[in-house]
Amino acid sequence: MEPIREIEGRAIPYGAKNIDTDVIIPAHWLKTITREGLGKGAFETVRQDPDNIFDSERYKGAPILIAGDNFGCGSSREHAAWALLDMGVKAVIAPSFSDIFSGNAFKNGILTVVLPQDKVDRLLEVAAEEDISIDLENQTVTTPFQDRFEFEVDPFRKHCLIEGLDEVGLTMTRGDAISAYEAKTASALPFLSGPRAA
Amino acid sequence: MTEKARTLYEKIWDAHVVERRDDGTCLIYIDRHLVHEVTSPQAFEALRVSGRKVRRPDLTLAVPDHNLPTTPRRDAAGNRVPIADPQGAQQLEALERNAPEFGVHLIGDADLEQGIVHVVGPEQGFSLPGATIVCGDSHTAAHGGLGALAFGIGTSEVEHVLATQTLLLKQSKTMEVRVEGKLAAGVTPKDVVLHVIGVIGTAGGTGHVIEFCGSTFEDMSVEGRITVCNMAIEGGARAGLVAPDEKTFAYVKGRPMSPTGDDWDKALAWWKTLPTDPGAKFDKSVHIDAADIQPTVTWGTSPEDTVAIGGVVPNPASFADPSKQKAAQASLDYMGLTPGMKMSDIAVENVFIGSCTNSRIEDLRAAADVLRGRKKADGVKWAIVVPGSGLVKRQAEEEGLDKVFTDAGLEWREPGCSACLAMNPDKVPADERCASTSNRNFVGRQGPGARTHLLSPAMAAAAAVTGHLTDVREL
Repeated sequence: MEPIREIEGRAIPYGAKNIDTDVIIPAHWLKTITREGLGKGAFETVRQDPDNIFDSERYKGAPILIAGDNFGCGSSREHAAWALLDMGVKAVIAPSFSDIFSGNAFKNGILTVVLPQDKVDRLLEVAAEEDISIDLENQTVTTPFQDRFEFEVDPFRKHCLIEGLDEVGLTMTRGDAISAYEAKTASALPFLSGPRAA
Repeated sequence: MTEKARTLYEKIWDAHVVERRDDGTCLIYIDRHLVHEVTSPQAFEALRVSGRKVRRPDLTLAVPDHNLPTTPRRDAAGNRVPIADPQGAQQLEALERNAPEFGVHLIGDADLEQGIVHVVGPEQGFSLPGATIVCGDSHTAAHGGLGALAFGIGTSEVEHVLATQTLLLKQSKTMEVRVEGKLAAGVTPKDVVLHVIGVIGTAGGTGHVIEFCGSTFEDMSVEGRITVCNMAIEGGARAGLVAPDEKTFAYVKGRPMSPTGDDWDKALAWWKTLPTDPGAKFDKSVHIDAADIQPTVTWGTSPEDTVAIGGVVPNPASFADPSKQKAAQASLDYMGLTPGMKMSDIAVENVFIGSCTNSRIEDLRAAADVLRGRKKADGVKWAIVVPGSGLVKRQAEEEGLDKVFTDAGLEWREPGCSACLAMNPDKVPADERCASTSNRNFVGRQGPGARTHLLSPAMAAAAAVTGHLTDVREL
């Protein structure tokens, strides 16, 4: 995964609330067997409107997306994160995210930034005119107008994003601990340690 | 030292911690992993590229469901009827290639046991109380009806579980949804969960795991509890659970993969320790009186847009939150509805009885009870009944339910996800309405431009008979 430290550039002032993953990538785009090329289907229904924000010259390829409350709710499809990544989005700022989406985003190297609604409103306003900067190291979002908003980020996720670490590889180094757990369960809770062969 | 009182969720969590990190993140062991054809190809691809194996193929079960047409899958000569959509066919082929390559048991598309993963898991005894169960599908929460900790994961997590049989997780907050009292006649588990989502909203459970407590759930069948937990995700919670009890044990016992002998005795002893301790604290509590729950339907494009069948389409101005006002107006525009219209005046052209929410035998019986001796209305152009698995289908046929449906003018199909999500040939045409027992009424969910009204199997059957949304109690 590509390491992330700072993300600076245009930010799509989308702002819509409760955007579900069916909106981010409709189900018919789920029929792929690889991860690439899903940007074409991102926000497909929204983009049927010729004046939509995603296809405007100003925001095409923008690295930041600003959204409303509960972004990424609905289906667990990771294609939503792949589609955003394929569009060029590296960070999403919103007042809240669905749990599954924020996990999927993180696993694909997309930073999710949670800020209170009033701060998000301010960024929506600024993004129409100016670029926005996100500094992951210092956990701040700044604008050319001296706005400086701090955000929380899980320390482990921060470490992985900054280093571009692959989570599967990291966990595989814990193989001994996993084997020890399996041995313990096999004696204490044997019914969990394997379904009877049907 | 006295032990801290813990909730059901906390007990299952504690039993599955492999390692705890300083920041509170835990490596959690996963007991059961269900795999389907849509969210697994990229995970298997990643394993192949990095030369990794599936750590515990014996804890993994693969079943295709999302893409499969619900028309016969083998012709008279026993040859496969190809899936018309080349991409859908490609995903099915990928699963059929990946499962044997990685040593994972596959239930094939035409096997008797095939069905929707969330119907198959409990039915086979693969899903057990107290287990951690995951699948690359958000409705995995369904298995929580057995008292399991079950939740949906993305494809990277599917890869993580395949390779390590674990997930790195932060413990969720706990939320109690307590419903007390007897449900009125005609009010079903689906009505309960739609009502709950209407009360808490689609983000009400975000960051939480919901435990459904109270006499209403104690009185409910295990299948009904699965229906309720299935939709926990529509209330924002990653998982929902109901404490396992004698009903659960009776449900699990004797299933093909359920424990037997000594293992069963040990299982039973442990399961009985799982219910939430008296005095355990939840981070959030919601209390609902069962008497307040009516047969419930949705009017908008979010599962929180619920109203009792006797109600009317709301006026967007009636919502306090300006962004909800905007969303409600957009919903009404999409749904082609006007404020004040009686819900029971809304005509439907399509009826779908099925999905992982409502396709178990009890659901089909409830629909058949309404349809027996009746005919579908002329205005209903397309009405299908899709059993959740081949075994549900066989059981229904043994009970003569298929005949009830076809006599009433409904189509009786092969098991699969069907019209829930527009990924297979079963779609609702644009600008048409569907009375649907599925779980999501999102824009375009059942097909581009399709308008979904979520409701219970009995209510869907009633709509099929009258041609409009109908209070099943008035039939």
